[in-house]
Amino acid sequence: MAKELKLMKGNEAIAEAAIRSGCDGYFGYPITPQSEVMEYLMLEKPWEKTGMVVLQAESETSSINMVYGGAGAGKKVMTSSSSPGISLMQEGLTYLAGAELPCLVVNVVRGGPGLGTIQPSQADYFQATKGGGHGDYQLYVLAPASVQEMYDFVFDAWDIAFKYRNPVMILSDGAIGQVMEKLYVGDYVPRWTDEQIRKIAPWATFGKPTTRDHNIITSLELDSAKQELHNLKLQAKYREMEKNDVRYEEINCEDAEYLFVAYGSSARIAQKAIQLGREKGLKVGLLRPITLFPFPTKRLAELSKKVKGMLSVEMSAGQMVMDVRLATENRCKVEHYGRFGGMIPTPHEVLEAMETKIINA
Amino acid sequence: MTEEIIIAGFGGQGVLSMGKILAYSGAMQDKEVSWMPSYGPEMRGGTANVSVIISDERISSPIISQFDTAIILNQQSLDKFENSVKAGGTLLYDPNGITKPPTRKDINIYKVAATEKSAELGMSKVFNMIVLGAFLKVKPVVTEEFIEKGLFKSLPERHHKLIPENLKAVQTGKELVETVNKS
Repeated sequence: MAKELKLMKGNEAIAEAAIRSGCDGYFGYPITPQSEVMEYLMLEKPWEKTGMVVLQAESETSSINMVYGGAGAGKKVMTSSSSPGISLMQEGLTYLAGAELPCLVVNVVRGGPGLGTIQPSQADYFQATKGGGHGDYQLYVLAPASVQEMYDFVFDAWDIAFKYRNPVMILSDGAIGQVMEKLYVGDYVPRWTDEQIRKIAPWATFGKPTTRDHNIITSLELDSAKQELHNLKLQAKYREMEKNDVRYEEINCEDAEYLFVAYGSSARIAQKAIQLGREKGLKVGLLRPITLFPFPTKRLAELSKKVKGMLSVEMSAGQMVMDVRLATENRCKVEHYGRFGGMIPTPHEVLEAMETKIINA
Repeated sequence: MTEEIIIAGFGGQGVLSMGKILAYSGAMQDKEVSWMPSYGPEMRGGTANVSVIISDERISSPIISQFDTAIILNQQSLDKFENSVKAGGTLLYDPNGITKPPTRKDINIYKVAATEKSAELGMSKVFNMIVLGAFLKVKPVVTEEFIEKGLFKSLPERHHKLIPENLKAVQTGKELVETVNKS
């Protein structure tokens, strides 16, 4: 594959990846700090190149329901927003999960609660991983930590979304959305033809041939026994994700006595803290969850037998730390360090927290 | 080599675009680069700043709080970032509007009267390139050849005709920079 070097913001990388990965439709409503996604798409005019639809809806509620419609037709469709906008989409998301529709939703998180601030945050972890809408459902959640991953994960998202017939969320934050880094882009993946959609998504509503019954897209089932069976099917799907599609990265873990656990931009800050710590002779490493659901529970459990302590670093009041504690089952000390409301911790601050809360505690 | 830089000044001074040109030039020269802007309320009508990292190695965090070099274009930014320069590091500032000059003795301090010079030459649009030239004289992290390539890559095509003027401004900055303090 030909690789071309670009310098781009994380948000622009999402848009570029959408075009290059054969996305059929983007529906969105502007909100800082992710407005560049739609701005870039509008400038690139992909409808002239690949036929991809780009539409500014009248609200986030509308965007997510346009996604519902497109996904029901077996199309690769997506939306992006930031925290308050994603909250508005929760009804749509649970309907998409209930109706088992593949799609991509990007959340470039900003500080909350409420309208909060426009600066980076990771306080939407619970909403993303524990079901922000009602009912027992899960999104598959990817957490990019670089501009390159913002790009790559769009391609991965389509694979997972169609493999499981499930919405995928890219949970990013204002820092990764706004930072500009080197990006290598590959060839264009053509949009699927109707023929391909019939094969890949035989459940979709692309027109009824005489050979089969109607395909119906719905999340409604009034027969409780049937709805329970549907729930069991969904749960089995989530267990399959946990079995087959957990992703994480280990940095300096081989000889580490103390671990940072961090995702997204916090993982980048932790990497710098590791450099500073190693210069002081501290054996620190990083376990970076790449998927937040399914969470790298098994690997953290194994590591908890080897290390003396873990510090979960998040730009939140302490959300992911709950999953780290569940995984480690008190085998080692686990503490949380976070800044919130749009404040970003510095590498020095993070290292100091490791020293005071874990190493010297 | 890793150079961690903050560029800070008023919105409209070309702080973000100076950082962008630097980042593009570094990328053209096969370096690892990151460009992390301030965005939001402070940019909309007040101060703007951007952290740029240029490195031979993979960049760990694009978010940094201590800098090898601070390029400072107004008093607020000087107040905010003077103490964030690493000991032995570099502070470059434009004296225009500076009422309380930097006082640290453990860093190298340079000044470039870019506002004054650009007004004198009627080149206010390339003010930021004069500052960039001064920085490159003090810290040649990218070579001039790649600054030109960076300009080509970062400016929209309709502005490519302005590149010679930009490069001239870089030269002006190189000649204009003065040493204030050696650590």
